[in-house]
Amino acid sequence: MGPRVPGSAEVREVPPSCCTCIVPAGAQCHPPCCPPAPQNLSDSMATYLEFIQQNEERDGVRFSWNVWPSSRLEATRMVVPLACLLTPLKERPDLPPVQYEPVLCSRPTCKAVLNPLCQVDYRAKLWACNFCFQRNQFPPAYAGISEVNQPAELMPQFSTIDYIVQRGPQTPLIFLYVVDTCLEEEDLQALKESLQMSLSLLHPDALVGLITFGRMVQVHELSCEGISKSYVFRGTKDLTAKQIQDMLGLTRPAVPVQQGRPLQPQEQPVISSRFLQPIHKIDMNLTDLLGELQRDPWPVTQGKRPLRSTGVALSIAVGLLEGTFPNTGARIMLFTGGPPTQGPGMVVGDELKTPIRSWHDIEKDNARFMKKATKHYETLANRTAANGHCIDIYACALDQTGLLEMKCCTNLTGGHMVMGDSFNTSLFKQTFQRVFSKDFNGEFRMAFGASLDVKTSRELKIGGAIGPCISLNAKGPCVSENELGIGGTCQWKICSLDPNTTLAIYFEVVNQHNAPIPQGGRGAVQFVTQYQHSSTQKRIRVTTIARNWADAQNQLQHIEAAFDQEAAAVLMARLGVYRAETEEGPDVLRWLDRQLIRLCQKFGQYNKDDPNSFRLSDSFSLYPQFMFHLRRSPFLQVFNNSPDESSYYRHHFARQDLTQSLIMIQPILYSYSFYGPPEPVLLDSSSILADRILLMDTFFQIVIYLGETIAQWQKAGYQDMPEYENFKHLLQAPLDDAQEILQTRFPMPRYINTEHGGSQARFLLSKVNPSQTHNNLYAWGQESGSPILTDDVSLQVFMDHLKKLAVSSAA
Amino acid sequence: MTSMPGSEMRKPRGLPRSHDACATSGFCRVGCRGCQGLAANADVAERPGGTSGGSGRPGNRKRGPARERSRGSSGVSDRAGAAGVRLPGYGGQQMPGVPHSQYGVYNGPVPGHQQPAPPQGYFPSLGLPSKGSPVSLNSDTSSLAPNFIGPLRTPPTSGAPPPTSGAPLPVGQPAYNQFGQGDVQNGIPASAVQMQRPSVSQPFIPGSTPTSISQLSSFQQYGPSPTSAQQLTNHMARMTIGSVPTSAAPPAGLGYGPSTSVSPASGSFTATGSGLYTPYSSSQGPPPASMTHGLPPTSLSQGVPLAQPAFSGLPLSMQRLPSQGPGYAPPPSSTGIGPSNYPSTTGAPRPSTMQSPPLSGQALAGLPASQPNHLSSPPPPQQAMSGPHPGPPMTGLQGPPPPPTHPSQPGYQIQQNGSFGQVRGSQPNYGGAYPGTPNYGSQPGPPPPPKRLDPDSIPSPIQVIEDDRNNRGSEPFVTGVRGQVPPLVTTNFLVKDQGNTSPRYIRCTSYNIPCTSDMAKQSQVPLAAVIKPLATLPTEETPPYLVDHGESGPIRCNRCKAYMCPFMQFIEGGRRFQCCFCSCVTEVPPHYFQHLDHTGKRVDFYDRPELSLGSYEFLATVDYCKNNKFPNPPAFIFMIDVSYNAVKSGLVRLICEELKSLLDYLPRGGNLEESAIRVGFVTYNKVLHFYNVKSSLAQPQMMVVSDVADMFVPLLDGFLVNVNESRTVIASLLDQIPEMFADTRETETVFAPVIQAGLDALKAAECAGKLFIFHTSLPIAEAPGKLKNRDDKKLINTDKEKTLFQPQTNFYNNLAKDCVAQGCCVDLFLFPNQYLDVATLGVVTYQTGGSIYKYTYFQLETDQERFLNDLRRDVQKEVGFDAVMRVRTSTGIRATDFFGAFYMSNTTDVELAGLDCDKTITVEFKHDDKLSEDSGALLQCALLYTSSAGQRRLRIHNLSLNCCTQLADLYRNCETDTLINYLAKYAYRGVLNNPVKTVRDALINQCAQILACYRKNCASPSSAGQLILPECMKLLPVYLNCVLKSDVLQPGPEVSTDDRAYIRQLVTSMDVAETNVFFYPRLLPLTKVDVDSDALPAAIRNSEERLSKGDMYLLENGLNIFVWVGVNVQQGLIQNLFGVSSFSQISNTMSTLPILENPFSKKVRSIMDMLQAQRSRYMKLIIVKQEDKFEMLFKHFLVEDKSMSGGASYVDFLCHMHKEIRQLLS
Repeated sequence: MGPRVPGSAEVREVPPSCCTCIVPAGAQCHPPCCPPAPQNLSDSMATYLEFIQQNEERDGVRFSWNVWPSSRLEATRMVVPLACLLTPLKERPDLPPVQYEPVLCSRPTCKAVLNPLCQVDYRAKLWACNFCFQRNQFPPAYAGISEVNQPAELMPQFSTIDYIVQRGPQTPLIFLYVVDTCLEEEDLQALKESLQMSLSLLHPDALVGLITFGRMVQVHELSCEGISKSYVFRGTKDLTAKQIQDMLGLTRPAVPVQQGRPLQPQEQPVISSRFLQPIHKIDMNLTDLLGELQRDPWPVTQGKRPLRSTGVALSIAVGLLEGTFPNTGARIMLFTGGPPTQGPGMVVGDELKTPIRSWHDIEKDNARFMKKATKHYETLANRTAANGHCIDIYACALDQTGLLEMKCCTNLTGGHMVMGDSFNTSLFKQTFQRVFSKDFNGEFRMAFGASLDVKTSRELKIGGAIGPCISLNAKGPCVSENELGIGGTCQWKICSLDPNTTLAIYFEVVNQHNAPIPQGGRGAVQFVTQYQHSSTQKRIRVTTIARNWADAQNQLQHIEAAFDQEAAAVLMARLGVYRAETEEGPDVLRWLDRQLIRLCQKFGQYNKDDPNSFRLSDSFSLYPQFMFHLRRSPFLQVFNNSPDESSYYRHHFARQDLTQSLIMIQPILYSYSFYGPPEPVLLDSSSILADRILLMDTFFQIVIYLGETIAQWQKAGYQDMPEYENFKHLLQAPLDDAQEILQTRFPMPRYINTEHGGSQARFLLSKVNPSQTHNNLYAWGQESGSPILTDDVSLQVFMDHLKKLAVSSAA
Repeated sequence: MTSMPGSEMRKPRGLPRSHDACATSGFCRVGCRGCQGLAANADVAERPGGTSGGSGRPGNRKRGPARERSRGSSGVSDRAGAAGVRLPGYGGQQMPGVPHSQYGVYNGPVPGHQQPAPPQGYFPSLGLPSKGSPVSLNSDTSSLAPNFIGPLRTPPTSGAPPPTSGAPLPVGQPAYNQFGQGDVQNGIPASAVQMQRPSVSQPFIPGSTPTSISQLSSFQQYGPSPTSAQQLTNHMARMTIGSVPTSAAPPAGLGYGPSTSVSPASGSFTATGSGLYTPYSSSQGPPPASMTHGLPPTSLSQGVPLAQPAFSGLPLSMQRLPSQGPGYAPPPSSTGIGPSNYPSTTGAPRPSTMQSPPLSGQALAGLPASQPNHLSSPPPPQQAMSGPHPGPPMTGLQGPPPPPTHPSQPGYQIQQNGSFGQVRGSQPNYGGAYPGTPNYGSQPGPPPPPKRLDPDSIPSPIQVIEDDRNNRGSEPFVTGVRGQVPPLVTTNFLVKDQGNTSPRYIRCTSYNIPCTSDMAKQSQVPLAAVIKPLATLPTEETPPYLVDHGESGPIRCNRCKAYMCPFMQFIEGGRRFQCCFCSCVTEVPPHYFQHLDHTGKRVDFYDRPELSLGSYEFLATVDYCKNNKFPNPPAFIFMIDVSYNAVKSGLVRLICEELKSLLDYLPRGGNLEESAIRVGFVTYNKVLHFYNVKSSLAQPQMMVVSDVADMFVPLLDGFLVNVNESRTVIASLLDQIPEMFADTRETETVFAPVIQAGLDALKAAECAGKLFIFHTSLPIAEAPGKLKNRDDKKLINTDKEKTLFQPQTNFYNNLAKDCVAQGCCVDLFLFPNQYLDVATLGVVTYQTGGSIYKYTYFQLETDQERFLNDLRRDVQKEVGFDAVMRVRTSTGIRATDFFGAFYMSNTTDVELAGLDCDKTITVEFKHDDKLSEDSGALLQCALLYTSSAGQRRLRIHNLSLNCCTQLADLYRNCETDTLINYLAKYAYRGVLNNPVKTVRDALINQCAQILACYRKNCASPSSAGQLILPECMKLLPVYLNCVLKSDVLQPGPEVSTDDRAYIRQLVTSMDVAETNVFFYPRLLPLTKVDVDSDALPAAIRNSEERLSKGDMYLLENGLNIFVWVGVNVQQGLIQNLFGVSSFSQISNTMSTLPILENPFSKKVRSIMDMLQAQRSRYMKLIIVKQEDKFEMLFKHFLVEDKSMSGGASYVDFLCHMHKEIRQLLS
């Protein structure tokens, strides 16, 4: 299977294969980050696609608009805001980090990093900041600089560059396991094995800690010989960080802290050593300890849930790290097998007869623990984030586990959220294993404690960001007053990120209509990400991009052509999902619809009040379809999803890169048949045919669906007959492809192998466009696939309405 | 009645009442002296023996035998003596005759007639037998008084002796006689009942106690006469003023004046008893008078006491018995009334006879008087007297008494005076001992002389104990009869349960309850029972049988819910039974029905313990269980302080090591293969560490709980485990605990959370249990129940002193409540290096029925053994958990007040989280209606508890008491030891809410009222100057004084606040035996040990003057054992005992005696082992060298002396009491 192309079947028609780097004509005089000057529209189409892709690969950035409207007024009329998807740590195997400090603009309010867009006076050894126009002296080390002897950061191909800097002591990575013991024996056993396995994946110097909880919370001391020692906390009592640290004996005498700064580093390990130990020291101990973990010994009477003190356990974990290793890369990994049932953060009582809250309850304001619990976890998440730590949640249970309440723990800290049915499934096991996957350098694909600093040209301001980050509240000249997402700042903290972590950053064009930008002027944005690499190095990645300004009044076609509808769909979706967290579902849908209609009105070609005349250019053609599926997606629809599931989906949606996000919005469907190679097909009920095998990837699920005939054949055992080896191969092909996806996807998708009429086929049926339903079954030809029993509107109906509204003069 | 007289003792001064009395007293004394002189005589011999036994002086013993022999010669007298002894034991009264003789003997010696010096010497350690005897006499004195009387009687018995003794006896006797008479009378009645012991009342001569200033003053006032003797007499005078001046004075001068005629006399005595006697007799002459007065009775009772002393020294029962005979005889003779009777019958019989004579008033009075003599100054006189008495009293007395009567009193005084005088004179010679007396007199002014009472003349606890032991130790105590007074706690006796519970379970202050509350109020005698429901029985006695009444549970009265017991009346052919408590009639359930025999008893009477025994157990049904679920087996949780102090001192390691082996000895409750008790472990400092020792674990798991503000138990499964199953894990844990905390620097500890943790653990496990907490310091760490150091010695003697005994906060009270609800008993082992506020820490322990052990400045080397022994015993002893005790009484009285370690949520149920075999609950009763003499009063103590095997049981103790309409009966059936137990507990509780001084005054006042009531209503009329004590209560003053001087009520500067609180709590749970020895420690002369016999050397009285430089002594009070080594002890002995060659090399830091292979060492160690075995706690051994700094500590326990903290000496206190009584009477 070829590279997965966003946008499903229709998109397929645009061959994605042509990915050779084409430097557009005239690009030589421009840094490569500047878009080509479009010669003609069709050309530009292809050119822009390449340009976008190229930029994405180099910088990890996708803008909704690649040519920017030059005035505020025009920008607002564009409907889709000027925004970008930024993957700060996009893997760049070809990018060796440089081992020196970046050169910063000397203006205190700017501090932009020297980049290829800066004008350099080699003779005077001066450079001018392209954001604030401050002229800066090169540092002494750059004395030998000249046109032919440029530092890397001045070379155009290094619009994205990594610096390794030496700052502060290097502390090893920290992994703090927080393990629920209220599990079924089998589950616990599987979990223990996974945990033991994970130890072998850790760097020997990495510090590990273990907290177990059930009715009580136990913090295990790992350095004991002969007796295993743990500190136990009541599971019902919320403790302040100070109390926790006091109780764990982590409080340092006040005097040394203030006076003996140099002592601190030495002192720290001593203090924390009891609970966080280098893996090489306590490998055996910890393995044994994990091996001896018992199910929570407190009796659970009939009709009760076990008492699970997740809230306190997390609180203690946070407090522990807070007291010992603030601002050091650390993961708190919570493994839970059920909802918190007592203490702060409890989500449901221990009476089994009272079910855990559903969306229905929430709407009726009937979820009595939700607000309090959410608040508890929010507080924790904020503290964790402030300390630069992150929280992962691995929740495996058939019922809900309270992810809704706990989601902020992961969302604000960049942690993983994994939801499964049991710890004893490959879904969990492999997902968990994948957390520790290594990159081409043998380093973990994770980074910690990042801060993202965004600098813009004067014509731009920053509206906000949406992603696994929190605001650092850094006010600056480039911060807009109109917030989109997490705004009001030009700096965000991302406590944990991996190469796929992607933030949506929204901008606002503030250039006034009456202050035109000179021809050929470019707007620039610089992203400075400082982070702790998994090798514990401190690194800084600087990405500087520039785009052309265009006057929307006379150069609209340029802007239009430079529209990245995929990025725009994801950016809009993020906005929608972000709103959905706080607003009523229908409001969000209405808002989305309105935006879509406005966009169509703006960029569609039509005659007033004539829906049939409506056309959209190629660069916009897929956008309505994305919106259609987005409306149906679990990110905005809670029907049929538990609150936990919604939280889970939204969590992933808010952090995956563009490709993955698009898959989530509009799953990919491949069809396998004897009639040719596998092909992408429409995500439509009409694609469900008896003699096909379908492979659907929704990001969260991989569904292999055997058409009716195929299923019968398989039952008849044809695949085992030598003469039908081709059938065997046919059956095998989707499996192999699915395997390929499974190999790389994080979290591991739910893998579903089903067939026509199978109960699990619902996963497929719920996703496809219900072009055929019980309502219009006979209106379609024989060729049609399976009807879907739903009242949902089909894409066709949706588009008809859209056209009607778009062309309506009343709107 | 007879018993009464016996019990009363009058001081010579008492004479005032009547010349006769005086005369008699004089007689007695004289007689005594004469006796002493005569001591040679058989009677004397007996006494001395007894006395010597008491005093422990070898001399006495020697004499004893000698006397015996002499008696032998006299034959009758010997017997009399013996009998007397016995009688005295119970109530000197019985034996009056015998005692007399003894007294006589003693008296003889004391007076030092023989040689002034020698008597004194006695005290010190004179080897002189004669002197020795005097000494013993001294000790006996108390009893002497009675003895005197006795002697008189004895003499008669002896018949022969009379002549000799006659003369002397008369003197002493007279006085005695009076008393004696009184005694006799008392005695008689008493005897009639069961009053053996009680019968003796001892009159004290208040005057005698010059010590106390007030007294002094009084004395002075009283005693115009300059001489000591006079002063004494003065007292007496007060009492018997008239007599004093008159005859008394002169005689005194004569007799006492050792230098003068006396000494010669003594000399002469020695030379020839008779001769001496005669002189005495002259003086004694008076006694006769007394004789005349109360001859019979007094002499009897007194005689008894006398006899006692003799017994101790003497052969014992044998002799006593005889003596009794004689003793009786004498009285009768004297009175003429029942002499014959007396002789014939023993104590008991006599009484009856006596009763007839009784005449109570006079006779009694007389008797008491004599006793008093003994008490106060008597001793010396007594001795002297006794000497004479014995001889004379017996025979002579009777005869002579009459004439001398008047003289006798004078004689007394004289004697006293004389004795004092002599003493002084002689003292120098004798050395320290007497000097002691001066000490008494220490009061500068008074001392001069005269004021003192001779300590030997006042009632001697030793004598009483010895007498009782001799009289009642040999036969089993059969409980079939209602209202029997059991033997003293110091007596070894067997109990045969025949329907009433054993005194080991319940002892009462009185076995004869006044029928009306008016009477009770009048007497002021508290009605209380000291109950030890789970007392350990000697192996010879059968533990309570277990009765199972099946599913419906024990048969109970429908109305009052009393349990089936021997007193229930079956009626209607057995179909119903009538409750003995509330009279309600209840149907007998069919399965329990049984026909009645012709006597109305059920046919299965003897097959059913609940029908035939006083104590038995029921198997409880589920209705009796918490939550209607049978209980789980209890659990033991060991909670060890691992703060720096505990670790550094090696304590933690020690505990862990010990636990390893100790866990195999958990109580098994019956005959189970292995103990059902589960164990758990916790260590703590500022935080708590729980341990998971589940058997399936490879190694123990430690769980730290630092949330002390909100304690909880972190684990359930694996915390409480079966020892056998988790043996290896536990062993591993105990190995590791000391290692883990070896380097700890944590000095702060918490306390309340520790208890909470244990409580929670038990709650979680749904069982009762016991926490063993090993704690070292004031819990100052931030946690609930945090305490601050509030020790402030400046509060002592202020109104705020009570706060030192109160807990700092209410927190612990509430905690205790929770603990009790769960059945969580807390035992506390404290190892403080400084103040840790026992008053607060002990609250939970106290209210949950736990025990506190305190090892101040714990050091491994010296305290290890004590601690380990305590721990072992504490862990191994049988405990009942989650107990509720209820005392039901028959209509007319009810339990109103409870003392002990328990919690009460209502007014009737005593709730005990745990109750072990050593814990005692004292219950006070009050009238709410009239009682009837016919039906008596019944007590039923029901204890519902969970045995260590986890079985729910009911233990029932039943006791029937007599009721009386005569106060005399009450006084005759009292038990002073029990009374003291009650009073001490009452007072110790009082200090919680009142200033200590108020409490002390109240105590004194109550006792004064008790005695005054007796004097007023029961004693024969006599001079107000006479101190007359009921026989049964003749030790009340000395014991009361001990209580008043105890650290709680009168702390010395060296007594810490913690110690006071500690002792306060300890005493509150003590049984009678423990309070007895605690307040009046046992002092044994080690150098008198007979290495070849099993017997303990005879105890001596707790006074420094009884100590000899050349001897070693052992003193025990239930908490400590002192070994006091005199500076002149033979090196050989030192070598033998301490393994060092000289006195100076003895280390006073040793905590055990070295194990040396020589008879002496072995014997001493075996004695110590035996003593240790008797006590519920392992006593700390302290070696005290004479004149060493530690001696102060030791002297603190010589309770008859003036204490460093200002406590009065016995003599002084007696005078004070007398004053109080007189004030009340006037």
